[in-house]
Amino acid sequence: MGDPRISMINERLRRIRHIIAVSGGKGGVGKSLTASILALTLVRKGCKVGLFDLDFTSPSTHIILGIRGVQPKEEKGIIPPKVHSLEYMSIIYYTGDHALPLRGTDVSNALIELLSITKWGKLDFLVIDMPPGIGDATLDIIRLIKNIGFLVVTTQSQLAFETVRKLITLLKELNVPVMGVVENMKVSKSSISKRQVQKLGITFLGEIPFDKKIEKSMGRMDRLPRTVFMKKVEEIVSNLDFRC
Amino acid sequence: MHEWALAEAVITAASQIAEKEGLKEVTELNIKVGELQQIELDILNFALSQQKQNKFKNAKISIKIEKAKLKCRVCGNQWIFSREKLDKDSVEAIHFVPEIAHTFIKCPKCGSPDFDVLQGRGVWLESIRGVK
Repeated sequence: MGDPRISMINERLRRIRHIIAVSGGKGGVGKSLTASILALTLVRKGCKVGLFDLDFTSPSTHIILGIRGVQPKEEKGIIPPKVHSLEYMSIIYYTGDHALPLRGTDVSNALIELLSITKWGKLDFLVIDMPPGIGDATLDIIRLIKNIGFLVVTTQSQLAFETVRKLITLLKELNVPVMGVVENMKVSKSSISKRQVQKLGITFLGEIPFDKKIEKSMGRMDRLPRTVFMKKVEEIVSNLDFRC
Repeated sequence: MHEWALAEAVITAASQIAEKEGLKEVTELNIKVGELQQIELDILNFALSQQKQNKFKNAKISIKIEKAKLKCRVCGNQWIFSREKLDKDSVEAIHFVPEIAHTFIKCPKCGSPDFDVLQGRGVWLESIRGVK
């Protein structure tokens, strides 16, 4: 007759005002870093924020934010622990450091399971770190979550942008809101990405230069807020109409 | 108490179906539970009994257990899931998200984690009967 979990998903997300999926066409463009820093920036603005790492086969936001030694609480569902003032959820609570090889159907099932049992608090924003591309996780998120908006990350590389173009075209066809595009790891002054984004009728949110110091700031909450990356994300957020 | 969340999902889904089919009262609810997820039946039954209200007040709830059958995509071997070979932490992780099985279970014949769960994964609403 049917999978009962799907009926619960929007009920579980009911107390969240805005859901932002940080996405991109290719891996390695900085989606996880953008999602993590965006979540931290919103917390520093005084918002109530959740961060959900949906990249099940390659989760990394816990490494960026130095999250370890915490587990969700079980109370008529799963309550995400609060870390750095964020409600944080990731598959790593269950896999630890082990690999999780998943095919498409399994990705969908794991995603539905976590969405239907995770009990988020009252949040202004839930930031979702998406796996790359337009595969199962992206299609499921679009299918299952009402009122979701996409923030897309690209780089100066034409390869990255071509995949972003496909992602944006799909989102537009499905009438899914695209908040805008961020250009990460910028190494030259070229404004090709900006022009291409605008040509698609999408807001160009800003550019983040290649930050040589970011690697040494991974997992370091004392260093991350001082990075150029975080300063640029703060600028982008201040230009958006994000209210807590 | 993860079972509580699953019971909540079952009742919510059943309510939506009852509404759609114009049922004034639900008399029977049949649920299938796969062994892979290691659901505690006593807790699930208790959670269901606590949550069945209004239309569901007199509903008879039946739960059928389904063995978890796995099939290796590499060598084609089929086997039945058994929790005995797993440690407590792995069983618990699979209980919360059954797909974690791909981290802790390997094909007993060739050792691959690339297998399909043919049956017995999670909680499934099989049928609902009631009065219009």
